Amino acid sequence: MIAANLPALQVVLPLLGAVLCAFLRRGVYAWGVALIVSLAMPLIAIGLLIQVLDSGTISYAMGGWKPPIGIEYRVDVFNAFLLLLVSVIAAVIMPYAKRSVEKEIPSDRQAWFYAIYLLCLCGLLGMAITGDAFNIFVFMEVSSLAAYTLIALGRDRRALLAAYQYLIMGTIGATFYVIGVGLLYSMTGTLNLADIASRLAGIENSRAVLAALAFLTVGISLKLALFPLHVWLPNAYAYAPSMATVFLAATATKVAVYLLLRYFYTVFGASIIFQDLPVSNIFLILSLAAMFGASIVAVFQDDVKRMLAYSSVGQIGYITLGIAIANLTGLTGGIVHLFNHALMKAALFMAIGAVFYRIGSVKLDDLAGIGKRMPITMAAFVIAGFSIIGVPGTVGFVSKWYLVLGAFEQGWWWLAFLIVASSLISVVYIGRIVEVVWFRPVSAAAKRAEEPPLSMLLPTLLLVAATVYFGIDTSATAGIAGRAAEWLMVGVK
Amino acid sequence: MDLLQTIVSHYNHWIIIFLMVSGLYIVVARGNMIKKLVGLGLFQTSVYLLYLSPGKILGGTPPILSPQFTVYSNPLPHVLILTAIVVGVATLALGLALVVRINEAFGTIEEDEIFAGEEDK
Amino acid sequence: MKFDVIFRVAAKILIPYMLVFALYVQFHGDFGPGGGFQAGVIAAAMVIFYAIIFGLKAAQKIFPPRIIELMVPSGVGIFAGAGVLSLLLGENYLNYSPFAQDPAHGQEYGIILIEIGVLVTVSGTMVAIFYSFIGRGR
Repeated sequence: MIAANLPALQVVLPLLGAVLCAFLRRGVYAWGVALIVSLAMPLIAIGLLIQVLDSGTISYAMGGWKPPIGIEYRVDVFNAFLLLLVSVIAAVIMPYAKRSVEKEIPSDRQAWFYAIYLLCLCGLLGMAITGDAFNIFVFMEVSSLAAYTLIALGRDRRALLAAYQYLIMGTIGATFYVIGVGLLYSMTGTLNLADIASRLAGIENSRAVLAALAFLTVGISLKLALFPLHVWLPNAYAYAPSMATVFLAATATKVAVYLLLRYFYTVFGASIIFQDLPVSNIFLILSLAAMFGASIVAVFQDDVKRMLAYSSVGQIGYITLGIAIANLTGLTGGIVHLFNHALMKAALFMAIGAVFYRIGSVKLDDLAGIGKRMPITMAAFVIAGFSIIGVPGTVGFVSKWYLVLGAFEQGWWWLAFLIVASSLISVVYIGRIVEVVWFRPVSAAAKRAEEPPLSMLLPTLLLVAATVYFGIDTSATAGIAGRAAEWLMVGVK
Repeated sequence: MDLLQTIVSHYNHWIIIFLMVSGLYIVVARGNMIKKLVGLGLFQTSVYLLYLSPGKILGGTPPILSPQFTVYSNPLPHVLILTAIVVGVATLALGLALVVRINEAFGTIEEDEIFAGEEDK
Repeated sequence: MKFDVIFRVAAKILIPYMLVFALYVQFHGDFGPGGGFQAGVIAAAMVIFYAIIFGLKAAQKIFPPRIIELMVPSGVGIFAGAGVLSLLLGENYLNYSPFAQDPAHGQEYGIILIEIGVLVTVSGTMVAIFYSFIGRGR
């Protein structure tokens, strides 16, 4: 019974966990519930991945109503990979949460924090698993509203401004998505993604469908923080509580990338998108702007969390570059960078969150010399930083390798050169942090630092070890990413 | 004459476009946070109309099964919009709660004043 | 406001009818326009109306904030629980057919159950929002 209902359980367990957390008073009990739910999530995701690898796409009819009339949860290789990523990240960062939340969130709100966190997790997993266009909107808004609340719980009063700005922009993005779905519904008469794909057969070039594509792309790009729609991201990540930043930076934008790929390849079909329309060129220009522009801005930041947030915008540029290089290798590079960036950014934000836990500040000047007081944490930070740069032996190198190979296959030598050039900019900002942290005398604020408690240190080290392990043995991640890319490109000539 | 006929018969689409553009303009052009939320609500209302107006089948009855009728209006858009309205209400409530907290923290809800205050730091 | 006789008498007459109307809309959601969300908002409007006429303290004595705060997750729990009940009875999640002898009645019971969940959550949320906005700055 459990095996047949895994898709439903993937979404229902966090929801029930959130309900339970909302009843509890003490933050510790709520953390316990969240821990149990978070540890169960990867088990379900692994079960789904095994089922998909064995017997092909899973189709689960919600409520017993068969698709295309009913809402369908559809799991294929790409989906299952993403579900695994989100659940594993959620499971690994939950032990970290206990101390971090105790320090940063007032005690009467901690149980509510975990309830909202589990609702955000439920929304993200639901967005990844469902095969119905409007159901995606519902889960998108569930996760977004939960994210706005999580960000607003930050200690700095500018967290409220950041949450408000994110709310305005995120709601516009979601409404654009709804407009796109509405236009598709009026043209095809159905909301089921697979059914829309088959009914679009003759009418792909009609004005309504192209308008729908435009609205969908802009709406999803807003959630994705694609340049120039990324304005909400630096403030949101900088002022949110550390736990919220770790979770959102690692998962929220990745699920939006999945959504974009789902619409481009499964619903509309790659031939329309990449051969008839200039989508590839548009995404190429925007990705390059993100990669260079965001990395350059990151160099000049004083607040490490803000620097990492701008770095995130740049890294998302790499993922969309993989989409723009519309061949198998490029797409594999984009998908594997989705996975790798989640690992890298989660590790980086956890390390800086541990620093905040000890000294209460993340300004670069206050971090001077902290490498001597927190050597293990800072070593983890530096290794994850090497992964951002793309040093061979780390996961960052693997994704950039695929992107460069994909660029060569398209004959775009200049693109390969630009990818390497933008990596050099990340050397500057990571190098700046390394120089301040290791090679300056210990500042007054850093004097009280010491290694964070084990519950915070171990998840960080685990993720950093994963960035090195998956950088050396790429069969698992690049293998599944390759299969997912092949699956998406089925039928593309 | 034919063009005028086409334009007038699509009056629902003109209303939708007018609401959509005015809602977006308010969000972008006004600095007062509550006015931005009002603009957002206006924008979302236009989307509800986008779904509902094609849903009414001309000559169709409300979608309740009865042996006398054969043509029913489409019930699916109504259900979708009900969900979207609830999402819009929740977003508005969250936005207003944030504005109340911002007012308490900063003393004002005009964006220019807040950013001017932040610039001096 | 509570010293104005007209308001007090009118409120005392209207409030029970508001509650009855909310329940009417709730239970007719199966057959006509209505359902949990609309009924929840009308029920919350009743509480807010009472609070405006008779004062926040009096309203909070009848509808304590703690109970209202518990109503918000309980409704979600009822809805999700109905789905789990379907799972336990062997069908897919939220398949109401096994709730009674034949699928048609099962669907009816299932829909009534989840609409009650929606009613509880929506009315609880609306009243909780009202309490938290009004309670500030005092």
